[in-house]
Amino acid sequence: MTENSQLAGQQSINGAELSDFLKGIIDWIKHNTPADPGFLLPQTFMEVGSEQVLDFLREWQYKVWSAGYLGMAWPKQYGGGGMPRLFQQIADEEMKRARVPICFNVIGLGWAGPLIIDTGTDFEKETYIKGILNAEDIWCQGFSEPNHGSDLGSIQTRAERDGDEYVINGSKIWTTLGNYAKYMILLARTDAQAERRYNGLSFFLAPMGANGISTSPIQKLTGEYGFTETFFTDARIPASCIMGEEGHGWRIAMHTLQYERGAEAGAAGGVSILSIVMDDLLKMAQDVERDGQPLLQDPITRDNLVKFLIEEQALYLGERRVKIPALCRDYPNSLALSGKLRGTEFFRRMRQYALTLQGAPGALYVGDDQAVDGGFWQRAYLNNFSTTIGGGTSQVQANIIGEHVLGLPKD
Amino acid sequence: MITRTANLDISFSDEQAMILDSAKDFCRDKSDITTVRSLLKSETGYKNDVWAEMIALGWTGLALPEQYGGSGMGVGATIPLVESMGRYLLCTPFITSTIAAQAILRGGTNQQKSRWLPSIVEGAVASMALLDNEDWGATQIRCTLTPKDGGFVLEGKKLQVNDAAVADLFLVLASSNGLPTLVVVEAKALPEGAISNKTLVDETKRAANVNFSGVTIKADAILANAAEALQDLRLIGALLAASEATGTSAAALDTLVDYLTTRKQFGRLIGSYQALKHPTVDILLQMDSARTLIYHAATLISDASLNKDTEIACRMAKAQATDALLFAGDRAVQFHGGMGFTYDCNAMLYIRRAQWAQHQYGDAQHHRKLLAPLLLD
Repeated sequence: MTENSQLAGQQSINGAELSDFLKGIIDWIKHNTPADPGFLLPQTFMEVGSEQVLDFLREWQYKVWSAGYLGMAWPKQYGGGGMPRLFQQIADEEMKRARVPICFNVIGLGWAGPLIIDTGTDFEKETYIKGILNAEDIWCQGFSEPNHGSDLGSIQTRAERDGDEYVINGSKIWTTLGNYAKYMILLARTDAQAERRYNGLSFFLAPMGANGISTSPIQKLTGEYGFTETFFTDARIPASCIMGEEGHGWRIAMHTLQYERGAEAGAAGGVSILSIVMDDLLKMAQDVERDGQPLLQDPITRDNLVKFLIEEQALYLGERRVKIPALCRDYPNSLALSGKLRGTEFFRRMRQYALTLQGAPGALYVGDDQAVDGGFWQRAYLNNFSTTIGGGTSQVQANIIGEHVLGLPKD
Repeated sequence: MITRTANLDISFSDEQAMILDSAKDFCRDKSDITTVRSLLKSETGYKNDVWAEMIALGWTGLALPEQYGGSGMGVGATIPLVESMGRYLLCTPFITSTIAAQAILRGGTNQQKSRWLPSIVEGAVASMALLDNEDWGATQIRCTLTPKDGGFVLEGKKLQVNDAAVADLFLVLASSNGLPTLVVVEAKALPEGAISNKTLVDETKRAANVNFSGVTIKADAILANAAEALQDLRLIGALLAASEATGTSAAALDTLVDYLTTRKQFGRLIGSYQALKHPTVDILLQMDSARTLIYHAATLISDASLNKDTEIACRMAKAQATDALLFAGDRAVQFHGGMGFTYDCNAMLYIRRAQWAQHQYGDAQHHRKLLAPLLLD
């Protein structure tokens, strides 16, 4: 798989062009950011649990795309903007700063889309790209399976070739947007006899409307919806849905992970996650009072906040240090492998602390008129477990670091 | 609303990378664990020939300007050296002298700098005599400097002065008319019996109480800009202490990993048990965070007066490094089981170093307390 040169953004850009563009996006955000809809908007694409939220986000993504601020570096003929990637990075940065709603079609924008543009056929590009960008076609991902967590080598869902079709049997779990999606990027086993378990997997762009595919919503810890379990019972999909060759599925799945770096790596762009940072917690500590004093003046609270700030600073600096090889020679890969564990665990504890700081109203929840910020922190804390559990639990991460960085024996 | 703009600069030059490599090799060669143990009961805590070699290599001049015989790389360049010393528990007066030299560099007149800095580059030992209170957070200075016979006289005792027994110079913090001053006292000016060695929890280190009462001072031995120099050297002291502590956290981790990958219990290598594996990973993560913060501080620090970002960086580094080493030393003992309770187990060296190191230039809580207004108000 080669990097597509038309995405690489080699055109030279002059400074005036950039500053005009920056002015334009800032102005556009100012005039087009939607008013508070009166319900809590998702912080991530995993939290779209109602038609109301879905419609809102669909409309928003369409608006961002039609204004020319999404898929800016994707080819023009398929609905993109044909511009250098740098413009999308700037637009993303500004939208993130302004805390506009997320562009929720993340599996399309950040996984399937760039993959199709990099490696797909013209037909696939014609068929899928525009719908990804304008949010008409929602995409989901079918990698994880019940009982196997994120161990992709253990995938049991079968895809058997039968003439012009594949017949799919099995089930997937944690399918984000599963009940709304038109397409799924699906990893299934085409060769049960393959010597190495990763070799028997193939990668499909599967239509969710095919007969034999059904979804069942999963109610989350928060009480909301956002995921489904997805069942395949003799579901027949066209053989042309396969990406690449049979048996190359695992490699293709790994390739899609590189797009996680966002527009810089080829993804369409848009804000995919509303981050909650220490500034938000400090603001809350300023707003919440005890005996007429902001909690921010309480010495114990201050010490705890400083502890979190030190941790946050080390986290952000670590992301920079990891790019300096001379500072990563000791315990090789320690920083690179611990990023997820550090980040997700930090945010889990930080969000929980917000509930502690709220005092008695910390016991209230989304829907209560006295909940602080409408229950924003309550929901954020509970939702954060999707990051400390999903993609390999923190405990599995600790095993990986212990075994691969420190050389401790497997258990 | 609070809007913080965190400084996220971190860089490391090829030159610094080379220093780190050669420092690590040097410290490993000169300070294997047998050598460390052989020095525990020694008088000075170090070998003269190793210290002489460090001086010959130019390490004592690394941080000082060329006009005083140094190589002008700034105090940030010593961080990799100090980290390596901590890694192999290599003790010499290097850290003590490096901090004191910064006090002269930042607080002295040109004349004062020319008088003392070249001798420090050549290996004279200078030591800060700061503490005369129970804690680094105490603002009161008990030691006084008062005019006498056209000069000045010191009155008071300083506590836990590092490497006092081998020091050629002391930089004494004293109160003069209620204002802090720094005074340079030559060791030969001390009366008999002024230095009384302390028994430290960390047997690799040396410190003494020094009684400066009655020592007379000429006006030209009072540093010109004590107030500014004091703030900076306390931060530099904290950063160097953090670097040394972080090296020692890595040493504790290595010792622990070695045991976890060789010791068997109930038919399995004990490192395979998650109850031991996960906290050991935690040591790595805590140590690495400290390392990140230290090299961030080393990136910001310069010969100029330290700004707010640098102060934040130094304090964060010391708070993190202190807590990391306390955790590493504590777990290193515990996870060695019965062995860990013996003097023969090397975890002993690290847990003791942790208790000593936390009180060098302020413990974690002290620095967090001072970070709070910088970060929250």
